[in-house]
Amino acid sequence: MLRILIALCLSVFAVAAQAEIEIKQVTSPGGIDAWVVEEPSIPFIALEIRIRGGASLDLPGKRGATNLMTALLEEGSGDMSAQEFQTRLENLAASFSFHAYDDSMQISARFLTENKDEVIALLRQALVSPRFDQTALDRVRAQVVSGIASDAKRPNAIASATFNAAAFGDHPYGSSPDGTVETVSALTRQDMIDAHRNALVRDRLYVSVVGDTTAETVGAMLDDLLGDLPAEGPALPQDIEFGLNGGITVVDFDTPQSVAYFGQQGIKREDEDFFAAFILNHVLGAGGFESRLMTEVREKRGLTYGIGTSLVPKFNAEMILGSVSSANETIAEAIEVTRNEWARMAEDGMTAEELAEAKTYLTGEYPLRFDGNAEIASIMAGMQMIGLTPDYVVDRNAFIEAVTLEDVNRVAAELLRPEDLHFVVVGKPQGLETTQE
Amino acid sequence: MTRLLAVLATMMSAVAAQAEDVTTYRLDNGMEVVVIEDNRAPVVVQMLWYKVGSADEPAGKSGVAHVLEHLLFKATDVLESGEFSAIVAANGGSDNAFTSYDYTAYFQRVASDRLELMMQMESNRMNNLRLTQEDVVTERQVVLEERNQRTENSPDALAREQFRAALFQNSRYGVPVIGWKQEVEQIDLEDTLDFYDLYYSPNNAILVVAGDVQPDDVLALAEKYYGVIPAEDQLPVRERPQEPPQRAERRITYVDERVSQPYLVRSYLAPERDPGAQSEAAALVYLAELLGGSSFTSALGQALQFDTQTAIYTNASYSGSWLDDAIFSFAVVPSEGVALSNAEAAMDTVISDFLESEIDPERMESIRTQLRASEIYALDNVQGLAQRYGAALSQSLTVQDVKAWPDVLQAVTEDDIKAVAAKVFNRDQAVTGWIVSSQEEAR
Repeated sequence: MLRILIALCLSVFAVAAQAEIEIKQVTSPGGIDAWVVEEPSIPFIALEIRIRGGASLDLPGKRGATNLMTALLEEGSGDMSAQEFQTRLENLAASFSFHAYDDSMQISARFLTENKDEVIALLRQALVSPRFDQTALDRVRAQVVSGIASDAKRPNAIASATFNAAAFGDHPYGSSPDGTVETVSALTRQDMIDAHRNALVRDRLYVSVVGDTTAETVGAMLDDLLGDLPAEGPALPQDIEFGLNGGITVVDFDTPQSVAYFGQQGIKREDEDFFAAFILNHVLGAGGFESRLMTEVREKRGLTYGIGTSLVPKFNAEMILGSVSSANETIAEAIEVTRNEWARMAEDGMTAEELAEAKTYLTGEYPLRFDGNAEIASIMAGMQMIGLTPDYVVDRNAFIEAVTLEDVNRVAAELLRPEDLHFVVVGKPQGLETTQE
Repeated sequence: MTRLLAVLATMMSAVAAQAEDVTTYRLDNGMEVVVIEDNRAPVVVQMLWYKVGSADEPAGKSGVAHVLEHLLFKATDVLESGEFSAIVAANGGSDNAFTSYDYTAYFQRVASDRLELMMQMESNRMNNLRLTQEDVVTERQVVLEERNQRTENSPDALAREQFRAALFQNSRYGVPVIGWKQEVEQIDLEDTLDFYDLYYSPNNAILVVAGDVQPDDVLALAEKYYGVIPAEDQLPVRERPQEPPQRAERRITYVDERVSQPYLVRSYLAPERDPGAQSEAAALVYLAELLGGSSFTSALGQALQFDTQTAIYTNASYSGSWLDDAIFSFAVVPSEGVALSNAEAAMDTVISDFLESEIDPERMESIRTQLRASEIYALDNVQGLAQRYGAALSQSLTVQDVKAWPDVLQAVTEDDIKAVAAKVFNRDQAVTGWIVSSQEEAR
C-alpha cells in the first residue's frame, strides 16, 4: 500500500508574493520515496529523477562510458530499435531527456495525462532494458567524438577543461564526463552494460512528480517504472582537495577575445556559514547588474559583456568559480579589476545597505522560481539529492534573513583569498603570462 | 547573460495555445495592450515590445537598435543610471531586454502586486532618457565585447553572418542584429537619440502583461501610465526594403582554423506568417518536421544517419515568425571521411525523393498530435505565451491570427506541403554554405 508520510502545506513568503505549493511525500509499496505536487489545472505531468553517481562512476580507463551509456538510453530498448522507440515517443507527444553530470544522472519526462501509462511503460523500457545495439553505439559514439573535437577548439571549453585538470588531476572532477577521443573510441558494448549496471540504481535515486496526478497513484507508477533497477551500486568517489594555487595559466589560442575562468577553494553546502557565503557571492559577482564585479568591469569600464561568479558546492569538493571575457588587449585589466574587487571585499566587507539589498532580492526572487511544473519538479529533486526536507521551501528565506553584517563580513575575510585566486586565460592576452609556482 | 540579443526570432513551430485567457485593448494614443491571465502563482511578467528592430535601422547605422536597448537602462529624468534594474531587484524581480530584426522588447518578472511600479518605470523611460556621450561610449565598448563574445570568437557565428549577407540581397535581414563592427564603433549619441525619439512611442508599442492579474486592473494602470504619453505623429509607415526576384544560386565557403568539424548549410527564402494568410507557413512547419525534425524519424535522418552513415547530424528548420521573408534551412554534418560534396548530394537526393513520393499518413498524424500537445505544454509557461503575442503583434499579425494558428496547423494537408515545397525549393533563391577549417576540406 501507498503510505503518505506527511502532507505539508508550504508557503513561501516573498516581499509580498506568497507562492503556495503543497508538497506531499510518498513512499511507494516497493520503497521508493518521492515528492509530489498535485497541479491539475493543465493536463500533463512532469517527472524528474536524479541518481547520485553519474560520470564519477566511470571505471578506470573508461572515461566517457557513463555519458555514452546515458545517450544510448533513447537509442533502442526492449524489442524496439532506436527509430521504433522514437516513433512511439513522438506518437505519444511525450519528451524524455537523459543527462550524465559529474556527480549525478538526470532523467526528465513530460507527458500528457491521457498517455501516462503508455509513457511510463516506454520510459521503464529505456531505463531497465536498453539494448545498446552495436550500430547505435557506433552512431552515437561518432556524435560524442565530434563534440569532444569541437570542445578542443572552443575557448570556453578549453578554459574550463584546463582549470578542472589543474584543480583536480585524476579525480573524476579533473576531466570531462564526455571522455577523450581515445577513451570513447575504445568503449565496447560490455562497457555500456557495466556503466548502466553501476549508474542506474535504486538506493540513491530521488524522484519528484508535478502535475495532473495524485499522490495516491504515484507510488504504483514509480514501482512500475523503477522497481526492476538494481538495489545498489558501487561506492561513490572520495572527497578531493582543490589543488590550484593562486596565479595565472595562459593557454595560447588564436581568437580575438580572451576567455578567463577563475576560482578558488569554496564552502560546503552544509556549512553553517553557507548562507552568509551565498549572500557574499551575490554581492560580489552573482547579482547581475547589481554585483560589484559587473559594476566595476562592465558598467564603469566597458571591459566585458558579462562577468559572473558562483558558489559551486559539489559532493566531493567546493569552489567559488567565475568567468569573464574581454578583448586580448583588455583582458589583463579586467583580471586586475577582478582581483582588486576580491581583495576589497575580503578586507573591507560589504555595507549594511548592500546586505539589505541582497536580502530583499534573494528573498523576493525565491518564490518566483516555482513557476511551472517542470521547474518545481527539478527544484524538488535537487533538494532531495542534497538532503533538504520539504520545510526548506518555507524556511529558506529565514536562513537568508538571519545572516548579519558581522557574519557576512567575517565570512568574506575568511573565505575570499585574492592571493589564492587562479585564472586560466585562453586567447592571445596582452600583458599576461603563465605564473611560476 | 543580460541585455540579451535575440539573434533569431525563435518562435518556432508551435504557436498559440487553445486555452490561454487573453484580453486585448487599444489605448487612445494607439498603444496595444494584451493581458494573459494565469492565476496559478502570484507572479506577473510585463513585456513592452517596440515595433522596431535592427531591420528598421538607417543604412550605415547597423547596431543602433541594439545599442539603444542597452542604453535604456541608463538615467532618465527621475531614475539614475542603473536604478531601473536596481529597483526591480530590490523588489525581488528580474528584468532584461532583447533586440531582434523586427522588434525590441523589455521585460520584468515580479510579484504581481509590484506591477504598478514596473509600469511607472517602464512608461517613464519611453520618452525621458537623459543620455550622455559618456554613456554611449562606455556602452558601445560593452556591445563590442558582446560582439566579440557572440560573433568574433565563434566561427559558426561569423559564418552565419556571411551566409545571411549572401542570402538577402536587399532586405536588412542580411545585416547582423548586433551590427557590423566598424559601424558599431561609430554609433554616437545623436544616432541613438534619433532612433529613440522617433520609434519609442506609444503608437509603436505593444504592452503584454501576463500572470496573476485582472484585465480591467491592467487596463486602468496602462491608461494611467502609458495612456498619457502622446502619440508620435512623425512615426513612419513601416515599409522596409524588400527582396527583388532572386535569379541566381549563391554558394559560400567560410574557412576558419577554429572550425573543428566541417558542415554544410542550405537556406531558401520562404513565405512567413502573414495576417489572415498563415497556411503556407503552417505547411512549412510540417515540411521541416518531415524532412529534418528528428534524426530518428525524419527523411534526412533516416537516409543519412540510419540507412547510410553519411552524416552524424542532420536538421531542417523553419520559423514563420518574421515581418518580411522567412527562411527554410537544412544543415548536415558529414561523418568522418565523407566529403561535403557527397553529403550535399545525398541531402539533395533526399529532397528530390521527398518531392516525388507520397507523404506517410502516420507521420502526418504524429506531427499533428505533437503540435496539439505542444499547445498544452505551452500553458505551463506564461512568459512564453507573452513572448508569443508580443513577437507576433510586432510582426504585423493580429491577436486573431495568433489564436487561429493552432487550427491552421491542424488543417494542413499532404497536398499543401507538396505545393509549398515545390515553391520554396528553388535554388535561385538559396544559398549553400560550406564551413571548413581549410580549403582542403572544401571538396
